Amino acid sequence: MNFHAMKAIYVFEMARTFRTIVQSIVSPVISTCLYFVVFGTAIGSRIEQVDGVAYGSFIVPGLIMLSVLMQSLTNAAFGIYFPKFMGTMYELMSAPVSPFEAVIGYVGAAATKSLMIGLIILGTAHLFVPIQILHPVWMISFLILTCVSFAMFGFIIGIWAKNFEQLNLIPMLIITPLVFLGGSFYSIDMLPPVWQKISLFNPVVYLVSGFRWSFFGSADVAVAVSLGAVGGFMLLCLGVIWWIFKTGYRLKA
Amino acid sequence: MAFKNAAEQRSVCTILADPFPAPSAFLERSMAPILSIRNLRKSYDDGAEALKGISLDIEEGEVIALLGPNGAGKTTLISTICGLVRPTAGSVTVKGFDIIDDYREVRALIGLVPQEIMLESFQKVKDAFHHSRGLFNKPRDQARVDSLLKKLSLWDKRDSQNMTLSGGMRRRVMIGKALSHEPRILFLDEPTAGVDVELRKEMWDIVSELKNDGVTIILTTHYIEEAEAIAERVGVINGGELLLMEDKDTLMRKMGSKTLRIDLQESIEAIPAALAEYELTLEGGGETLLYTYDSTEERTGITRLLASVNTSGLRIRDVQTSQSSLEDIFVNLVRD
Repeated sequence: MNFHAMKAIYVFEMARTFRTIVQSIVSPVISTCLYFVVFGTAIGSRIEQVDGVAYGSFIVPGLIMLSVLMQSLTNAAFGIYFPKFMGTMYELMSAPVSPFEAVIGYVGAAATKSLMIGLIILGTAHLFVPIQILHPVWMISFLILTCVSFAMFGFIIGIWAKNFEQLNLIPMLIITPLVFLGGSFYSIDMLPPVWQKISLFNPVVYLVSGFRWSFFGSADVAVAVSLGAVGGFMLLCLGVIWWIFKTGYRLKA
Repeated sequence: MAFKNAAEQRSVCTILADPFPAPSAFLERSMAPILSIRNLRKSYDDGAEALKGISLDIEEGEVIALLGPNGAGKTTLISTICGLVRPTAGSVTVKGFDIIDDYREVRALIGLVPQEIMLESFQKVKDAFHHSRGLFNKPRDQARVDSLLKKLSLWDKRDSQNMTLSGGMRRRVMIGKALSHEPRILFLDEPTAGVDVELRKEMWDIVSELKNDGVTIILTTHYIEEAEAIAERVGVINGGELLLMEDKDTLMRKMGSKTLRIDLQESIEAIPAALAEYELTLEGGGETLLYTYDSTEERTGITRLLASVNTSGLRIRDVQTSQSSLEDIFVNLVRD
């Protein structure tokens, strides 16, 4: 194992995070505060409790997921796309680094960053609304699993993208709608029956549901199903990354 | 028993099999090439062939220059050895390790300086060196990085971000990154393209210093002058083929040869018997005799040849001599 390489990639990526601290960490925190002001306080005060939880508290897990998902995705995608775009990728490709080690470095850094953001948002939310966490270990596990699997997905997008437009395409056109329709701001019980069925095809529903269960003990779908869905998604991403490095897809001539 | 590399392992095996090997067995071992390329091919999906079966052996400590026009396949060759391009067929071994099966061992031995300057804009120079060293699985070594920074005259710029440096400085950072993990083979892809005369001389000094440290250096260049100045062997690549690979001295000797061209008044069918002792060639539809001689020798044989031509009854219209240069050899090879 090339531990020095994993560390070098990780340190470099984390340095990028701290170099752009405002953009990386402050801005997601500010936008989350805005959500709390608008949804939690202004509108939330007129919404009745959901599953016995005040609306302001109810949206906390969904909001954390929303940011963590997008941050994992875009960070990992940019992290690997930029060296490709700038040409500095040659060094990684000519170094004695296995695909597995490269993924640990890049995905590890992107996941660390979004985990940090997730915890900061949780802390910020605590200032606005009362929060109880029934299953803290599961909460952290869900959070880490989501950070890692979506960082892997972002890594794949970063390798696949040929230009900046493609780089933004999937996060903007697919992930944003999925997240908003994934029950971040509501329980899918609140939807008409047809839409409840359709929602079950949205993978983000399982994420948010499982994560919310770790807070309040109530969920839209069974927790085991949520866990299976996230785990399955992670394995799928791992398989695609393995294939990318095996074939040199968009990396080698 | 621990072996440093596969080649050593093999040679030890042969020694064990034969307890009293002939001296040549030892000789062979010490002469085992550090880089061995066998029938290397690269073709793309659209059918374009970038490498058409290149074979080449390079000894440890050699400085090799690969000459060739743009698109000749020089960069493809280097990129394939370094793992950036997947070969279609053929094999490459470094110290007996296969570039694909044993990529970790191979790449640890190799440093690459690509043609284009590609650096992380916001990274500091010293961090870039540490980063490269880490990628090649070497522990952090402040002293080593510091001495490299000094050697490449980058010490004063160690805390500057890459993007604030001048073009020449950036190129030095590229070289420093490639050297940060102490490679035994260094590939320099057109190290002096677009570089001013002063920096070019500096690059040559760096190369000769590395050579003194025993590093094998393979560089590509457009400039024949560069190949002459620093290389020990010169290869010419064109159209994906290695057209020539020779000691620079042999090439220089060829350059020392001159050609005497004798244009005749009337064309002849064959070279007259009286001139058979000279190695002449008949050209231009029988109107021109060509005589190649070494201008550095004391006796060039010209006087005797001209006398013989006279007595054989041929009438001379014109006489001229020309010197072949590495440039001519190169142009002739590339044109064919």
